[in-house]
Amino acid sequence: MAEPTDILRVALVGVPNSGKTALFNRLTGNRQKVANYAGVTVERKEGFFIGRRGTRKIQVLDLPGTYSLVPTTLDEAITRDFLVGRLAGEAPPEMVVCVVDETNLQLNLRLVLELRELGVPMVVALNFSDVAESRGFRLDRTRLESELRVPVVATVAVAAGGERALAETLDEVPHPGPRLSNVQWREPSLDEIAATQLEVRRILRSARYEQPLRQRALARLDAVVMHPLLGPLVLAVLLFLIFQAVFSWAAIPMDAIHNAVGWAGDQIRDWLPAGLLRSLLVDGVIAGLGSVLVFLPQIIILFFFILLLEESGYLPRAAFLLDRFMGSVGLSGRAFIPLLSSFACAVPGIMATRTIPNMRDRLTTIMIAPLMTCSARLPVYALIIAAFIPKQAVGPFNLQGLVLFTLYLAGILAAMAVAWLIKRRSGPQAYHPLLLELPEYHWPRLSNLLLGLWDRVKVFLNRVGTVILSLMVLLWFLSSFPAPPPGATGPAISYSFAGMIGHALAVIFAPIGFNWQISLALVPGLAAREVAVGALGTVYSLEQASGDITSALTPMIAQTWSLATALSLLAWFVFAPQCLSTLATVRRETNSWRYPLIMAAYLFALAYLASFITYHVARGFGL
Amino acid sequence: MPDVSLSTLRKGARGTITAVRHNPQSLGDEAQSTVSRRLIELGFVAGEAIEVIAEVWPFGDPIAVRLGATSFALRRREAEGVMVEVMSAV
Repeated sequence: MAEPTDILRVALVGVPNSGKTALFNRLTGNRQKVANYAGVTVERKEGFFIGRRGTRKIQVLDLPGTYSLVPTTLDEAITRDFLVGRLAGEAPPEMVVCVVDETNLQLNLRLVLELRELGVPMVVALNFSDVAESRGFRLDRTRLESELRVPVVATVAVAAGGERALAETLDEVPHPGPRLSNVQWREPSLDEIAATQLEVRRILRSARYEQPLRQRALARLDAVVMHPLLGPLVLAVLLFLIFQAVFSWAAIPMDAIHNAVGWAGDQIRDWLPAGLLRSLLVDGVIAGLGSVLVFLPQIIILFFFILLLEESGYLPRAAFLLDRFMGSVGLSGRAFIPLLSSFACAVPGIMATRTIPNMRDRLTTIMIAPLMTCSARLPVYALIIAAFIPKQAVGPFNLQGLVLFTLYLAGILAAMAVAWLIKRRSGPQAYHPLLLELPEYHWPRLSNLLLGLWDRVKVFLNRVGTVILSLMVLLWFLSSFPAPPPGATGPAISYSFAGMIGHALAVIFAPIGFNWQISLALVPGLAAREVAVGALGTVYSLEQASGDITSALTPMIAQTWSLATALSLLAWFVFAPQCLSTLATVRRETNSWRYPLIMAAYLFALAYLASFITYHVARGFGL
Repeated sequence: MPDVSLSTLRKGARGTITAVRHNPQSLGDEAQSTVSRRLIELGFVAGEAIEVIAEVWPFGDPIAVRLGATSFALRRREAEGVMVEVMSAV
């Protein structure tokens, strides 16, 4: 079948929480392209689908969510500029689809009226129409359509086929033709906005829109979740449970992966003769990849909880509870979500700071994001904790979990201190308002959770597959060449390039108790923190020459490091010299080298200082 | 009962919004105009029923309000310009 020549360019617009992106995914499936808008860092998501008649290709752009055409954030400015044809390098859309939440039309309909003023052909998608029906909402859709004077279709973004009516409408609507000129748009006055709100209420009365009373259970849930005392308690318990789960639930799949990696190494040993190739595959590729893969279960569990909190509507409430606390150190409550994402990885966290309207708030959040314990640090923590911290019970908890919790806490407290210092330096002049929608609770849909989880896992695996694997092979090369001179007595790696670098760095790191193996592992660890574990595996396994590397590593370091060294390394990783991907993201987000350089310098200094103190205090106690 | 500012209400108070005013002295001029605009855009307009459903310990700030079918979190400073005719105070 020939490619359709009838192409309709459509933009999806909607307020946050209207289910717009889910609807976009439903319409375009995997025919999506994600890039950035020219010159800025706002994500540009475009996709397409072919209409059922097979004669029209509908190109869909998912614009950032906005409450209004008068922007308060960079994202909202992009949406406005795109719609009015002011965005460089972008042609304005031929048609706009405004996605509205049928269960919350008072909040959603004003944007429809504002968009209608632009004079661009429009379709309104009544999303969550299934929820509206089951919760007892009443609406005369035909009446709404005639009041709005644009087509109105019902959609269910989360169910298969829920996009069908919209897809058919877009396929069958007469093509409006290319946009000839830029749209005339001016900022409405406050009185005009208020008048639009009156019009919204009139239309809703006319369309006989009726909302049921809020379900008692939901109101009660809010009463607990946002209770002055119970609320913070629930939040603390939730966070603590997540960290315990990350540590204990993950043990079973971790063992399985661990065994599979050992088995794969053994297979290759059986098939290949001893030599360089076998060494490369077993000691470089499989061992390196395996010792990172084994921590995937922990990452999945952590992300599962973050997504669960996000999907259910809990996260904005947590931001509300934390606003005062965060505000006391100069952060906005909105910084909470980027910072929480940074527990998984600072890269998406730093990108999520775009929702913070004020640039200074945003910069502060970016600067402290790497202090949140990212999942890439878990492999390092887990290795050292397993080797040095006994698995004993402390009350209902286990000591290993408590140590992990302490490390997370140390990062958070350091972040607060740094934010407070930045605030003190920049003075009290800037005030940033808090106006946060608390969307209704939703039961998280398993399919959405799994989709989100798969997305994150893909990102992690891609990093393992590309950056980390190439570094592991490079490290294997550095560790294998040159070969030791004949008659050498020490371990082979001591004579290699890696050994030379490690010995040189060991001079700098000796005052904080790091041996040359650790110093060596920190070099690739700068490219991605989790690489440090694989690097240690390679360094020590090459010394061992054979055997199961991953399980060998734990007793190996337990025997060769002092407890003071282990604690010093844990302290180092709390402030860990940032990974290059984080710095690259900061460079991109701030559009300057200044901030990534400041970040690199201050994190290195903090890490060195913390390790120095930890090491010498621990030594003082005779550890 | 005379109108009072939303910023003075405690948890459990209900009423009807009578106006959204500027309070240029409380925040910077620009910030205040952004806040008033966004408040109106979000539906803080005269005639709407409003209820304070939560406040954060220990200072009772920020607060969460129920407005129509939506809840919003805002600080008392942002709430200052929202005038409410109180029906049941706490």
